[in-house]
Parts: sequence; C-alpha cells; structure tokens
Amino acid sequence: MIEISGVSLTLGGSGILNDVNLTVPKGGVTALVGPNGAGKSSLLSLIARLQPLQSGRITVDGLAVDTTPSRELAKVMAILRQDPGVASRLRVAELVGFGRFPHHRGRLTAQDREIVAASLEQFDLGDLSLRFIDTLSGGQRQRALVAMTFCQGTDYILLDEPLNNLDMFHARNLMRTLRRIGDEHGKTVLIVLHDINHAAAHADRIVAMKDGAVVASGDTEAIIRPDVLESIFGFPMLVERVAGRLAVLHHT
Amino acid sequence: MTETAVQRDMVRPDFRVAIMAAAALLACLAYMTIGLRGNLAFVLELRSVRLAAMVVVGVAVAVSTVVFQTVCANRIITPSIMGLDALYIFCQTALVFTLSGFGFAGIDPRLHFLGNFMAMTCLALVLFLPMLRRQFDLTLMLLTGVVLSVLFRSLTTLLARLIDPNDFAVLQGAVFASFNAVEPELLLLAAAITVAGTFIAWRARHVLDVLALGSDTAIGLGVAWRVTAAGLLVLVAALVSASTALVGPMAFLGLLVVSLAQRIVGTNRHAVLIPAAALTAIIVLVGGQTVLQHALGGEGSLGIVVEFAGGIVFLAILFASGRR
Ligand SMILES: Nc1ncnc2c1ncn2[C@@H]1O[C@H](COP(=O)(O)OP(=O)(O)O)[C@@H](O)[C@H]1O
Ligand SMILES: [Mg+2]
Repeated sequence: MIEISGVSLTLGGSGILNDVNLTVPKGGVTALVGPNGAGKSSLLSLIARLQPLQSGRITVDGLAVDTTPSRELAKVMAILRQDPGVASRLRVAELVGFGRFPHHRGRLTAQDREIVAASLEQFDLGDLSLRFIDTLSGGQRQRALVAMTFCQGTDYILLDEPLNNLDMFHARNLMRTLRRIGDEHGKTVLIVLHDINHAAAHADRIVAMKDGAVVASGDTEAIIRPDVLESIFGFPMLVERVAGRLAVLHHT
Repeated sequence: MTETAVQRDMVRPDFRVAIMAAAALLACLAYMTIGLRGNLAFVLELRSVRLAAMVVVGVAVAVSTVVFQTVCANRIITPSIMGLDALYIFCQTALVFTLSGFGFAGIDPRLHFLGNFMAMTCLALVLFLPMLRRQFDLTLMLLTGVVLSVLFRSLTTLLARLIDPNDFAVLQGAVFASFNAVEPELLLLAAAITVAGTFIAWRARHVLDVLALGSDTAIGLGVAWRVTAAGLLVLVAALVSASTALVGPMAFLGLLVVSLAQRIVGTNRHAVLIPAAALTAIIVLVGGQTVLQHALGGEGSLGIVVEFAGGIVFLAILFASGRR
C-alpha cells in the first residue's frame, strides 16, 4: 500500500502540490491521469524519494520514504521517470542489467543474468541487446528503460508516462505485461498515462489530478464517465461501450 | 551478434588495459635508463624522484577526473575546468600575500597542503554539490566554471599587484606546473593520498557505474546520492590537492588522458576506465618527458605540451558534442 497524507510541494515560490491525500492499495494497476502540469510527475518523484519531502508523509509498504535508507527502498520500489536521459555510453543489456544493482551491489550473479535475459525477451529487445543506447530510436530506448525498471523485481513499480514514443504494438504489449504482473504476482503498479483509453482498458483504479490536487479517484468504471472526465480535462467527450469495453472519444 | 562476439566484447577491454600497463612500464624503464651518464647514483636518484612525481600526479589527476566526471554525469568538465586549479593559485597568492614571500617559503609544506585541501573541499561541497543535484546542464556548468576561474584569477591578480616583486618570484615558482622542483616530503604525502584515493575509487567502482546513469536513476537504484556524491567530491578535492601541491596546476591533463583512455578501451565501466585512465596518464607524462628530454633536447616544457594537446582535445570534444 502507498499512503500519502498531507503532502504539499513548493518549488521556486510556486505551489506545485497542495495537500495531497491518497491511498493506493496493494496489488493491481492504478493509473494517474490529468492535464499537463497537474503535478503527476512531481507526486511520483516524491513517492520515489527523488525529491525531498517538504511536508506531509508518504509510506510505501509501511516504509516512510524520507527516513528509510535508499538502499532498502530500492528493493521495494522501482521508478521510471519521464524522459530520463542516459548519460553513460552503454549497451542495452548493460543498462537493463543495472536494474539488478539493488540486489547484488556489485557484479551480476548467474541468477541476475537470467532475470536480465528474461526481461530483454519480454520487451522484445533480444536483437538490440548489444546496441549502444544512444543509437536507438526513442521508443526502443524507452523499452530498454522499462525493462531495466522491471528487472529490479520490486513489489511496487512507478512509471511516469512509459508509453511515450512507443508504437501501438509495444504500448499494448507493455500495458498487458503490467496487467499480468498486477494480477499474477500481486504487484502494485502506479502509472502515469496520457491516453485515457489505455487507462480505461487496463487499469483497476484511476486517480485524477488537476492543479496540484487529487480531484477524483476510484474504480475505472466510476471515473471513465463523461461528467467526471469533463471536470478533469475541461472539455466534453463521448464515452461509449465497444464490444463490451469502455472507449473514450476525446479526439473528435 | 553471437555469443562469441559478446565474450570478445567483454574480454577486449581488459586485454587493452594489460597492453597499456606494459606500455606504461616501458615508458618508466625508458625514462630511467636512456642517456645515463655522469654520477650514476645521483642521476638515478634524481630521475626516480621525478618519475615518482609524474606517476603520482598522473594517477591522481586521472582518477580525480574520472570520479568527478562520473559524479557530474558528464564527460567534458573536469575539476580544473570547474575552477579548482584557479582556486589553488588564489590560495597560494593569498598565503604569500598574508605571510610575505619569506614566510611562505618557510611554512611546513604539509601544513600548506592541508590548507589547500580544506579550501578545495569547501568549494567542492558548498558549490558543486547543490549544483549537481539540481542537474544543471552542460552549458550552465561550463559557464559556472568559467566564472569561478575568472573570479579566482582576478582576485589573484589583484593580490599579486600588492605583493612585492621578490615575493612574486616565490609565488611564480609555486604556481606553475613543474616536475623539476619536487619536494621529497610532499612526494611521500601526495603518494600516500593518491594510493588511498585510488583504492577508495576502485572499491566504489560499481557504485560509480550507477552514478554515471544520472542522479535520479542512481537514487532509484538505491544509492544514497547526497552522501555518496559528497564523499566522492571530498576524494576528488584530496587528489587534486595532492597533484597541484606537488607540481602545480595542470588544466587539461585530466581531460586529455580520460578521453584518450575512453577511446582506447571503449567502455565506461569503472573497473576498466579507472586503471586505463591512470595508465594513460603515466604513458603521456613519463613517455612525453622521455621524448622531450632525449629526442627533442628540451626539458621542463612537458607541462606546456600536455596543456596544448589537452586544450585541443577539449575543443574537439566540445565541437563534436555540439554537432550531435
Ligand atoms: N523544478 C521546478 N521548478 C518550478 N516549477 C516546476 C519544477 N518542476 C515542475 N514544475 C511545475 O510544476 C507543475 C507540475 O509539474 P509536473 O509534476 O511535471 O506535471 P505533470 O507531470 O502532471 O505534467 C508544472 O506547472 C511545472 O511547471
Ligand atoms: Mg509529467
């Protein structure tokens, strides 16, 4: 369970988050949606202790993120930030291998190598595993970063717009993988999504943010409704059922 | 690629490091033995002190540059480009100014060293650490380095005007890179610091690999970033102090040897990069000095040659990164 209570954040004099209270239950996929600048990335980086907590309290699986050693948290929670640059000149397999660092803190063990190989396979990176990261397309690099995050093997996985740059095939593949690990392994996935239809199709719960506050949160069916969506995004859109699935027509 | 290609890829860098070690050893042998004449014992002693100084400085500069670049997640800036050398010269000038030339020459070199180390550590921790955490981009970092260098240089010039000419001569002796006037007492201290610093950097090689991914990714992977980066910056300050105290500032040596080493081994893994950079520095300094001394007949101009080559490499890297 991720518990967030009374979290506010001020950067450069302006309020970014304003008294956020939120509980993400253990297990399943929770989508975080909202317009640009709503504070989704900021909230995620606070949960993942990438930024110091200014006020309030955040716990992940009962561990307070501001006082638990970073090393311990890294075995419980993995984060993929929005557009992280990769400064180092690395091959794909090496980058993905770094996901195992919290466990060995030195050299990869044989078991680590197996996990890395499986992760490369899972994200369709087998053929690219020896390429340098800086020679990949944006979507291929994004897949390598996701594979690294998965390799960490944590119970909590935070992903900030991981579908960026992915084509339809790989976006669907990633969402289905997330769905599966949420179901089979009881892992908790918190994912920032832009495409509301991916959230509608794969998430168990949706949390909506706007102007630095949580404005709606609940089961997917309760959020994917015209009135709720309009109050979040500020324009009317149609919600239809197509072959039994919810579809939001936001682009017409 | 096939399995063998992967293996070849893994083996090759180590093999290259072995070749570099052999080349470094050869350079040291050549330096010690070529053109021996006159009082053998005296010449050998003189040469071994200078050789030791070059090896210590080379390793200290190489290791500090690798570590600094990794903490900055950036392969262009070096401690000296960020103004640490200019700070060193300023400290010297301030010392000469306050103590006058006679007093300056009279201070225990170890005390002197300690003062420099403290000043550099303060600058590194107070200025660079917050800057690094906020992930300033390259342009801003370079600009900060230029501003700091100019600031310390103008302060130095200001003080130098107030110093009397005799003292100024003492100062000049202290702030120009020279392998010819090495203090034996300092050599031992600098060697000890360099050995300890290199050992610590080597022990931290896996963490350094993770830090090179950038601060956010490193934190996500469980590195206590602030503590680790602060510790490594102190390490850098100690190594830079050791090498500058010994022979004076070498602005571009670090950049030159690290970028050369990277090109030679083709990997950023610190288990390979740290020894490769240190060996490259030894080859460049000792080999360069041997060639200058025996083939070209000139002595003491190695610093200038290295700075010139390093400056060109710096510009080349800047242009190459701008084009990308
Ligand atoms: N370092 C910063 N300094 C000042 N403002 C920032 C900083 N980072 C983000 N912001 C602002 O915080 C708000 C929320 O940003 P973010 O969390 O990235 O939004 P989202 O991910 O929901 O699009 C935006 O208005 C953004 O401009
Ligand atoms: Mg964002």
